[in-house]
Amino acid sequence: MSGLWRNPTARLWVGVAIAAVVLFVVAPGTLSVFRLNLLAKFLCLAMVAVGIGLAWGRGGMLTLGQGVFFGLGGYMMAMHLKLADAGPGGVPDFMSLYGDGTVPGWWEPFRSPVFTIVAIVVLPTLIAALLGLAVFTRRVRGAYFAILSQALAAAFAILLIGQQKVTGGTNGLNGFQGFFGFALSDPANKQMLYFIAAGTLLVMVLLVRLLYRSRYGELLVAVRDQENRVRFLGYNPALVKAAAFAVAACFASIGGALFVPIVGIISPADVGVVPSIVFLVGVAIGGRATLLGPVLGAIAVSWAESSLSESFPSFWTYFQGGLFIVVVAFLPGGLASLGQVWRKRRAVEAPPDDEADDPAAVVAEPEPSTSGRSA
Amino acid sequence: MDAVISQTFAGLSLGSVLLLAALGLALTFGQMGVINMAHGEFMMAGAYTAFAVQKVVSDAGLSLLVSLLIGFLVGGLLGLLLEVTLISRMYTRPLDTLLVTFGVALVLQQLARDIFGAPNVDVRAPAWLSGAVPILGVDVPKTRVFILGLSIACVVALSLVLKLTPLGRRIRATVQNRDLAETSGISTRATDRLTFFIGSGVAGIAGVALTLLGSIGPTLGTNYIVDAFLVVVVGGIGQLKGAVIAAFALGLLQATIEYSSTASIAKVLVFVVIVAFLQVRPQGIVSVRTRSLA
Amino acid sequence: MRVLPEPRSPDLLRSSPAKGTPLTRTSTRALALTAALATTVGLAGCGAKTDASAGSSGSAAATGSSCVDTSGDSIKIGFLNSLSGTMAISEQTVRDSLDMAADEINAAGGVMGKQLKVVAEDGASEPTVFAEKAEKLITSDCVAAVFGGWTSSSRKAMLPVFESNDALLFYPVQYEGLEASKNIFYTGATTNQQIIPAMDYLKEQGKKKVFLVGSDYVFPRTANKEIDAYAKANGIEIVGEEYAPLGHTDFSTIVNKLKGSGADAVFNTLNGDSNVAFFKEYKNAGLKADSLPVVSVSIAEEEVGGIGVDNVEGQLTAWNYYETVDSPENKKFVADFKAKYGDDRVTSDPMEAAYTSLYLWKGMVEKAKSFAVPDIQAAAGGVSFDAPEGKVTVNGENHHIAKTALIGKIAKDGLIYTEWKSDGPIEPDPFLKGYDWAAGLS
Repeated sequence: MSGLWRNPTARLWVGVAIAAVVLFVVAPGTLSVFRLNLLAKFLCLAMVAVGIGLAWGRGGMLTLGQGVFFGLGGYMMAMHLKLADAGPGGVPDFMSLYGDGTVPGWWEPFRSPVFTIVAIVVLPTLIAALLGLAVFTRRVRGAYFAILSQALAAAFAILLIGQQKVTGGTNGLNGFQGFFGFALSDPANKQMLYFIAAGTLLVMVLLVRLLYRSRYGELLVAVRDQENRVRFLGYNPALVKAAAFAVAACFASIGGALFVPIVGIISPADVGVVPSIVFLVGVAIGGRATLLGPVLGAIAVSWAESSLSESFPSFWTYFQGGLFIVVVAFLPGGLASLGQVWRKRRAVEAPPDDEADDPAAVVAEPEPSTSGRSA
Repeated sequence: MDAVISQTFAGLSLGSVLLLAALGLALTFGQMGVINMAHGEFMMAGAYTAFAVQKVVSDAGLSLLVSLLIGFLVGGLLGLLLEVTLISRMYTRPLDTLLVTFGVALVLQQLARDIFGAPNVDVRAPAWLSGAVPILGVDVPKTRVFILGLSIACVVALSLVLKLTPLGRRIRATVQNRDLAETSGISTRATDRLTFFIGSGVAGIAGVALTLLGSIGPTLGTNYIVDAFLVVVVGGIGQLKGAVIAAFALGLLQATIEYSSTASIAKVLVFVVIVAFLQVRPQGIVSVRTRSLA
Repeated sequence: MRVLPEPRSPDLLRSSPAKGTPLTRTSTRALALTAALATTVGLAGCGAKTDASAGSSGSAAATGSSCVDTSGDSIKIGFLNSLSGTMAISEQTVRDSLDMAADEINAAGGVMGKQLKVVAEDGASEPTVFAEKAEKLITSDCVAAVFGGWTSSSRKAMLPVFESNDALLFYPVQYEGLEASKNIFYTGATTNQQIIPAMDYLKEQGKKKVFLVGSDYVFPRTANKEIDAYAKANGIEIVGEEYAPLGHTDFSTIVNKLKGSGADAVFNTLNGDSNVAFFKEYKNAGLKADSLPVVSVSIAEEEVGGIGVDNVEGQLTAWNYYETVDSPENKKFVADFKAKYGDDRVTSDPMEAAYTSLYLWKGMVEKAKSFAVPDIQAAAGGVSFDAPEGKVTVNGENHHIAKTALIGKIAKDGLIYTEWKSDGPIEPDPFLKGYDWAAGLS
């Protein structure tokens, strides 16, 4: 096997294999139902991070509004689950409590599972593409784009809160019983959700690797670094950027959609200005321009938040703020840039099977080989 | 008719608050291109300064005036510290500054929580600012008139500094062409630092003024930061004039929509209008055409 | 997306037809492999047990038996309050009084001879975190009951967790009603113990035109819906209904509308910081408490200091407890609290409700002679406690408690003094079934 190490394709395969073993065998085998569900939640956040890595790390578009797309996906899924719980023709509980007890017309299509899934993938992608084309064509970029996307997140959250009769207001949508016919209270189905999340994330990472390696990936980096020169070469940078933005939105939406059955709630608190910025922490820490940095960063940060905030709630805020400051100011490449040398050496000497036994390594392990040299 | 006048004033007043919050940003972001997310927390620091000053100076009127001065210094020094330690390293990476200063904002908020406690604190308004004064037949709160006056005073003072003083010339020169300014013997580093000091100081003043209107707590700044940035973006960079027009326009717009619908709808609609406006005029209301800003 | 094609476990590597041209061979395969892998493992994972109770609403089948350990000489309970984030301001005070109650109970010999061991968690002011931590407390820490929550969204987020694990939550804050879970005990007021008595009071005072102002979220909107119905049935006119986004800081327009409305009373359901901005604007606009009183339902002793006594002196509040309540139990509660946390601290309704909730749980356990959830649920009805606010009794039907409604006036010293009280404790009626005018509401 060792002879294959020089071959990037082989490295990719070994990486996929390790990631698959860790995600599909080790994690479910060692973690309790609760911890596994928590990991599933982190994987959903990591999906958003993959998209941000593409848009920001590779495309240079600092989007402070990913919460919007995360929320779109999440709310669409939540609407479907609510309607499915209510049964054919039924009315979701909160609507009869807070509204007039009728289902608004634009909710109706979400009774269909197929329509919901298609909408989750297509709708945010389309919105992002159109929005992206509009702003990028007008050459709104850099800080302006960041601030605009932030305003979008703020407006989206206010809108959701204000339309309580149809969106559940600050409470959001919650209290789901089933997921496409599977009871959510059944641990076996929670495990299934975890597997779906893990599989989806893996597919996303591979897709992004594909993009990075393609002509398009090169073009995207070129636009990030010298937009005008790309324009002079006859390309349309707005198209290139809008495409990356749309893919990022699509990933965020899917992450949001899976987040809903896993966590059991989606509310404006998950989509506003602050959560949208917090999505960036993991990406910045992991290494924004790398393939796996955003994923591992997002998982590690969520995990740290969950465990650190248990014992030191106020310390966590300092820690989070400090992470932002230190990593972005002094280590713009993220931790991935630290680990470069170390990774190379480790990838050569460590046989993959040894790593799989160590449950503590669940989060960190896929790193060595899957990332390849794409960074 | 009364409603029209009082709503016009409400809009102007909201505009003056937005202007105070955005004026410092118009300098640091507009002139220097630094996206300082901790600007709101400098305002918070100003508000807490007013609280601390009132502990010492018991006369509410005197303490307000003293606070305005000390608030400027506190905000300014915080800004200077931030510039020297972090931002100066990152002038080539404006987007990263945004994230770093967001981290600073988180830390400052938690610091305020640990120092002053999580609950809101109260700053008493001086007697001569309580109650209302009749203007054109409608009763207008005196505090709002005061803040309107204060924001105009700040704009005038800043414009005079920028137009007439050597410092102002240096700032303008640096904004319009950094390299040429450097070659002409201007220390752009020192200019940056001073600009940042003044911009952050104005945030401190804004914070002191806001104690007259709203709550004083660790999250004071987050309530204003998004709006403040929008004012600067809509106003266009490079000149204060844009921010002034944008602030009052947005204030009037918000007040008008809010009067005929609800506050939530007004807020969302204002955002939509802004996005649409930037489609038409990405450079904002007023823009300076220079090589460095292209 | 690509996650759910039909499973095709053998021959993984070769079967997938190449998709579009831009995909390299390797990558196509990689995608196919992952997709297939995800599907097979995913389906294998769930294939065993599906459709347990798909789509059936109502009581979800409790999964697994509870893991609460009752063998030792101690019993674990969970406290779940926000210690960070925007809600920390309020929830820290609840945590303090919960801690005090636990210490008192332990000093007096515990519950059925077992010392309470508190597992404390931070809800971080985020509903999703509340749900996550509740799950952890129940399934990993195996606590016998959880105490906490503040916002409606945190409660709504936790509710399915407690129902699906068949565990117990004690929720200490007044809320919008329209809920009764067998897994939650609501020790704060429901609307007919706070909102409706406040309207009764305004009616008694001869107020005819009421202006409603609230933050834009669930509690104010639901409360105002009920107030609307009440007003219609009682000859009161609602002359305005305004909502401000959470964190809204500019109330000049809303106060302008208020001034132009001709109202003779204001019903205020604003939340948190917005109260400060509203009352400063109200006062600066020249409005006065004697001519246009504001009845608030979210301003307790804790908040008065932050708004500034000058700005709210003489205004009214509606609660079930004030620090000034004159009873031996309350004197002891206030004295103990100040001794423990400092003389400058005040006590408030949610703190008292949280303190009471722990004692009520103790009463239920001792009556049931068991820590098991079904036993406690069966024993809960009729359990009572001489709380600082007066005697409270658990309603076995809806798991709320009967409490006395108080209208208070904010005084110069920052404390609230009772102005009016209901005739004895009011039975909780979260769905307002006992009120004819409320027929069309839910």
